[in-house]
Amino acid sequence: MGLAMLDTTRPRALVTLHDVGKVYATGTVALANIDLEVRSGEILTLLGPSGCGKSTILRLVAGLDTPTSGVLSRNHANVRGTVGFVFQDPTLMPWADVFDNIYLPLRLQGQSRNKAAPAIADVLERVGLARFVKAFPRELSGGMRMRVSIARALVSRPRLLLMDEPFAALDEITRFRLDDDLVALQAELGTTIVFVTHSVFESVYLSSRIHVMAAHPGRITAEIEIDTPSIRRGREFRTTPAYLHYCRQASDALQRAAPGEDA
Amino acid sequence: MALLALVRRLAPPALVFTALLGTWEAFVRLAEVPSFVLPAPSLVAATLVADRATLLPALLVTLKITGFALAAAVVGGVGLAILFSRSRWIERSVLPLAIVLQVTPIVAIAPLLLVYLDPSTAVLVCAFLVAFFPILSNTALGLASTDRNLLDLFRLYGASRLQTLRLLRLPGALPHFLGGVRIGGGLALIGAIAAELAAGAAGKGAGLAFRIVEAGYRLNIPRMFAALALISLLGIAIFSALALLSNRVLRRWHDSALDQDK
Ligand SMILES: Nc1ncnc2c1ncn2[C@@H]1O[C@H](COP(=O)(O)OP(=O)(O)OP(=O)(O)O)[C@@H](O)[C@H]1O
Ligand SMILES: [Mg+2]
Repeated sequence: MGLAMLDTTRPRALVTLHDVGKVYATGTVALANIDLEVRSGEILTLLGPSGCGKSTILRLVAGLDTPTSGVLSRNHANVRGTVGFVFQDPTLMPWADVFDNIYLPLRLQGQSRNKAAPAIADVLERVGLARFVKAFPRELSGGMRMRVSIARALVSRPRLLLMDEPFAALDEITRFRLDDDLVALQAELGTTIVFVTHSVFESVYLSSRIHVMAAHPGRITAEIEIDTPSIRRGREFRTTPAYLHYCRQASDALQRAAPGEDA
Repeated sequence: MALLALVRRLAPPALVFTALLGTWEAFVRLAEVPSFVLPAPSLVAATLVADRATLLPALLVTLKITGFALAAAVVGGVGLAILFSRSRWIERSVLPLAIVLQVTPIVAIAPLLLVYLDPSTAVLVCAFLVAFFPILSNTALGLASTDRNLLDLFRLYGASRLQTLRLLRLPGALPHFLGGVRIGGGLALIGAIAAELAAGAAGKGAGLAFRIVEAGYRLNIPRMFAALALISLLGIAIFSALALLSNRVLRRWHDSALDQDK
């Protein structure tokens, strides 16, 4: 694991999973035969029903957990500060204000407050929360807390951003807005993102590639490339025939993977 | 605005309390109950003032013992809780002992302690023992219920154990800890009083409980009531101070302090 197996034929892969399996101590086969490649600069979504192992894959990629079989290799992506993680809940420290919450990754790396301040101001600006530096999590709406969480993940300038159903708990209006912001941010920063969702629409809207998954055991059943140039992304994309076409395709793939189950 | 809200909150209990005292006063006067049977509130108040030379030093003694015991319980409880959170092994070997001390009534332990220790130390130890456990168990619970995702986040950023303790586990345990301190503060007073009763120590170091015993021997019922009133007031003061402290600390982030602010 420590030795990254650098595949020179694919220099753009940040993380590669080869025939990876994960069996939890309880005996649950969370993942079986996962082949997956996270390519530099893309937004890859994992789309699948509850319990199909999406979170497990993210944890493996983040290095928070280890596979029980197969090989997972990273291309320098696990160096401190180069991986950002956004959980389904904002997961903020309730006793710390917005500034201190976002400061956390830099603080843990030993940066002083003063030195970190510009970077924090910058990400706050990006997520549109500059006015709320001193607010506490409880004083923010759910959408704003999620923005703080994203700002915290971005502040250490990660090459790889892992997002586990970050917007699932939000209303649709907020969710669309955050989706838009994420697309814009990604276009600007070029961050590689692995995004977990169980929403067909969100996956098509956000990503350049979709891995459709099924449960028992968790596996990847289809891969869909979204061939829309990133320039054409944005709000209007939601109303194009191409968008609808991809939604149908993803939806069908989900149905085929798990007939009778609802995503 | 805040003042009005405060008045509105305090008015009902104050009213009930005043009514109770008024009824008591009226009953004693109308039925002409002798003061050695039941002294009227006015007489208790007068005794408080008249006997202040004996009662106030006793109050200070009890306050000091309670304060020291609570402080020691906080240091010991938090320290041990941190050790528990670091090692299951320490927890498994020490916790049963703490539980044994907790479930054994302090009034039963006090006479034994008095055999080995001088009275004022024994009283302090008793007060410490009863205050210690709720602080230990609450803090240990707080340290153990750290948000798992936040723990993962700290791991992801390569936080050291010390950083995780200082920046995550300890602040996260604060609400539990403060709850434990609030319980411990009240118990420390009870422990001190119970031990003092058992000790029956006279002299300079005598606290309020001993003054009650002493006044009882002399059939000075008004002074017994006066000392009792001081104990109640001390208890109320300790409770309010700790509640205020906990509100101050938590008011911007914790739900338990939610309705008090703004
Ligand atoms: N720590 C664990 N111990 C034991 N089993 C686990 C653990 N974490 C997950 N599992 C099991 O592994 C399987 C995959 O879980 P995972 O959380 O990865 O699914 P998911 O796709 O993220 O689901 P959801 O959409 O509900 O979040 C599930 O059956 C789950 O019960
Ligand atoms: Mg999940």
